[in-house]
Amino acid sequence: MTAQAIIQSLASGLLMGLLYGLIAVGLALIFGLMDVTNFAHGEFLMIAMYVSFFLFTFFAIDPLLSAPLVAAAMFVFGAVIYLLIVRFAMRAKTNAGMVQIFTTFGLAIVLRGLAQFFFTPDYRSIPQSWLGGKTISFAGIFLPEPQLVGALVSIAAFAGLYFFIHRTDFGRALEATREDPGAVALVGIDKNRVFAFGWGLGAGLVGLAGAIMAVFFYIYPDVGASFALIAYVTVALGGFGSVFGAFAGGIIVGLVEAMTALMLPPSLKSVGIYAVYLLVVFIRPRGLFGSM
Amino acid sequence: MDRNFAARRRRDLIVAAVLAALAALAPLFVKDVYVQNILILTLMYAALSQSWNILSGYCGQISLGHALYFGIGAYTTELLFTKFGVLPWFGMLAGGAIAAVIAMGLGYPFFRLRGHYFVIATIVIAEIGLLLFQNWEWAGAAMGITIPVRGDSWLKFQFMRSKLPYFYFALALCCLAWFVTWWLEDSKWGFWWRAVKDNPEAAESLGVVVFNSKMGAAAVSAFLVAIGGAFYAQFLAYIDPESVMGFQFSLLMALPAVLGGIGTLWGPVLGAAILIPMTELTRSFIGGSGRGVDLIVYGTLIVLIALALPQGLVSLFSRSKAKGATR
Repeated sequence: MTAQAIIQSLASGLLMGLLYGLIAVGLALIFGLMDVTNFAHGEFLMIAMYVSFFLFTFFAIDPLLSAPLVAAAMFVFGAVIYLLIVRFAMRAKTNAGMVQIFTTFGLAIVLRGLAQFFFTPDYRSIPQSWLGGKTISFAGIFLPEPQLVGALVSIAAFAGLYFFIHRTDFGRALEATREDPGAVALVGIDKNRVFAFGWGLGAGLVGLAGAIMAVFFYIYPDVGASFALIAYVTVALGGFGSVFGAFAGGIIVGLVEAMTALMLPPSLKSVGIYAVYLLVVFIRPRGLFGSM
Repeated sequence: MDRNFAARRRRDLIVAAVLAALAALAPLFVKDVYVQNILILTLMYAALSQSWNILSGYCGQISLGHALYFGIGAYTTELLFTKFGVLPWFGMLAGGAIAAVIAMGLGYPFFRLRGHYFVIATIVIAEIGLLLFQNWEWAGAAMGITIPVRGDSWLKFQFMRSKLPYFYFALALCCLAWFVTWWLEDSKWGFWWRAVKDNPEAAESLGVVVFNSKMGAAAVSAFLVAIGGAFYAQFLAYIDPESVMGFQFSLLMALPAVLGGIGTLWGPVLGAAILIPMTELTRSFIGGSGRGVDLIVYGTLIVLIALALPQGLVSLFSRSKAKGATR
């Protein structure tokens, strides 16, 4: 194994890792805001990929151009899901954790079923796009363009999120609601609106990731499931609720996955991610940046 | 309260005996193989969920990785049978013992973790197990193991002509898991577990050895689930990693208990009696189209039940029972 091969694989791992971070951040955001794990997060990704696919197929809009549209559509979708379903799961007085888990889990199954019903179980892909299949070579290292753009979008999204949370009124309301929803109500902030906004934001971010994933990944009803577990591990690795833990977690997951693929047969590449997760939580039971 | 508790326990035992006797008579009226199949699966999942409930419900350590123990039970039994000719009955016990030892070995680091970190660790470890079995050539890798036909006999626990023996074994396993739970409810362990679930720090300060009681719950729970896995392998006569260690088993063990009432004596049985036939029927009547209608119906029901009955179906029965459920 040459140094070249190692650097090549680390570079692609880093790009993929930044995308994993973008996929996972919505999960971390929602958890941090209201202590709810969205078990339909993978299905949100799946829907975003389909939206991107159909915008391309019917309107010939390149996924790169449609990404903001997909994110906006997913924002609305996430907020509606909160208002129509999750809001009621928050009202449970007993077994609240269980109710939330199974409500979002049931939702995941419904969304998968709906995708099968309307879109059939067929694997689809976007055959030709501006970025699809292209690579950039840089000092002898080849970087696939879709992943590269995805990584840049991810960095931009995290930077934007940082600015939003720390510099805007709504971001501060978000932070305040997360610290003490009861006190927030006293100063006239509608908790439900903040939560709906949080769900919208979380879904919008995974929507952004989905739009880019659609360029280089197959699109099918179960596609979310394969990324959901990685997203949970990413969030837990960074520490539940820590938005920037998701960023670091994503990078670690991407790098570890790439390194494992170098050493073990491809079918075992996820073992490395799982092993690193276990190792990290055995040493730090609340993840790398988790505080609660 | 003490007298009420004793009375409730006596009543539970009588109800269970009556239900078991009625279930044992069911094959007299149910001749249809398809329906028998559903009954067998229902009893099996009731047993599995009851076992899962010991660790996750009573002791409060939510595991979504019990598929690992299920698969270990199945694989131990079939590897011993096909490679060394060991009878499934011994393989079953060996599988249970191995699962219990692994559960305790994993518990050692795992039980330091709380909440979501623990749940994700259980999912991840079962996935590692699945991936390792998929790559383990000697154990058949992803192709799995076909169990050779040696003719119908209780000695070899293999029945091709009729499914009834499997039905009776599943019923016995379900009764065993229920009885173990019933018995543990009133034992030192049962009280420890509830204390650990409600408030581990307070329990520790009152002299409950929190760590050991979690280990005990994990071992009992894993042992019983592995027996279920061994049964399932004999029942299918064919195993591969995905079909005995896939994530769906972890879910199908958890769902009935949650649906029926987590941490309750009757929750898993009640949940399985509704969920498993529903799953099978939606799959065969509206799932055949491959268009996902079964998933839509199934998922909608899970959402509705979770929202409408946060304490599970047992809360539908008298208020005193609902109180017992949360105790």
